[in-house]
Amino acid sequence: MAYLFFGYFAGIIAISSMLVVALRNPVYSALSLLVMFFHVAGLYITLHAEFLAAVQLIVYAGAILVLYLFVVMILNVKEDDRYHSQWRIAAFICVPLLIESIVLLSGGSRATTSGNRLLQTEPHGMVVPDNTLAIGQTLFSTYLFPFEVASLVLLVAMIGAIVIAKRDIGGSET
Amino acid sequence: MTIPISYYLILSAIVFLTGVVGVLIRRNIIAILLSVELMLNATNINFVAFSDQFQDLGGQVFVFFALTVAAAEVAVGLAIIIALHRSKSTINVEEFNLLKW
Repeated sequence: MAYLFFGYFAGIIAISSMLVVALRNPVYSALSLLVMFFHVAGLYITLHAEFLAAVQLIVYAGAILVLYLFVVMILNVKEDDRYHSQWRIAAFICVPLLIESIVLLSGGSRATTSGNRLLQTEPHGMVVPDNTLAIGQTLFSTYLFPFEVASLVLLVAMIGAIVIAKRDIGGSET
Repeated sequence: MTIPISYYLILSAIVFLTGVVGVLIRRNIIAILLSVELMLNATNINFVAFSDQFQDLGGQVFVFFALTVAAAEVAVGLAIIIALHRSKSTINVEEFNLLKW
């Protein structure tokens, strides 16, 4: 049953991520990315990360993708007719990487699956049934300083986006 | 009846390589940013898979930070795209050669 769920989510994730790259129209690419985000959230649920699945849906599918579609609609882009001319370089880089990863993972999968029980020694920060409570306690105790830095990153990004996208900063009209 | 961690690694590698190919071959700058989102999601799948494997919540917390960086990247990147489109009225990356040699 777990394999069935994983196979469904992984298949849809792989297919829709390839459609993001393959489709010419940016609106279709963004909608395919939306499908991928939903299935990644489903994969998080099977991995016992329910709060993260909700955050994935709210932030990625709800905020980031809407921002993408907003800009696509603003710019009114036409479909690009063909791919970039450096696709040979892309193939030269990525085909060996894909073959290497397939060879490594197919060769080493038996060793890791037989030995992964040994790696679970003395877990700290257990994934308890109340996932949200545990994440909150970890985030605000161990990772408090990175959390504050993340808020600073968001503030800087917000100010930077306003400054870059505004037509004439410091002009007469506001 | 648990999924081996290598399956998640294979899925993540496939999604990440798709993102790399998208960054390299697409000429639409919005599609390039979408491919960057693909790569960030591949790393998030890895983080959550290892978090479940080792029963450690640090991986899930790091997904939050990756998400923060993704949101910041989208905001600044789309602002840059709007500014570029305002100055050259195209979003084809081959037209943007002001800083090339």
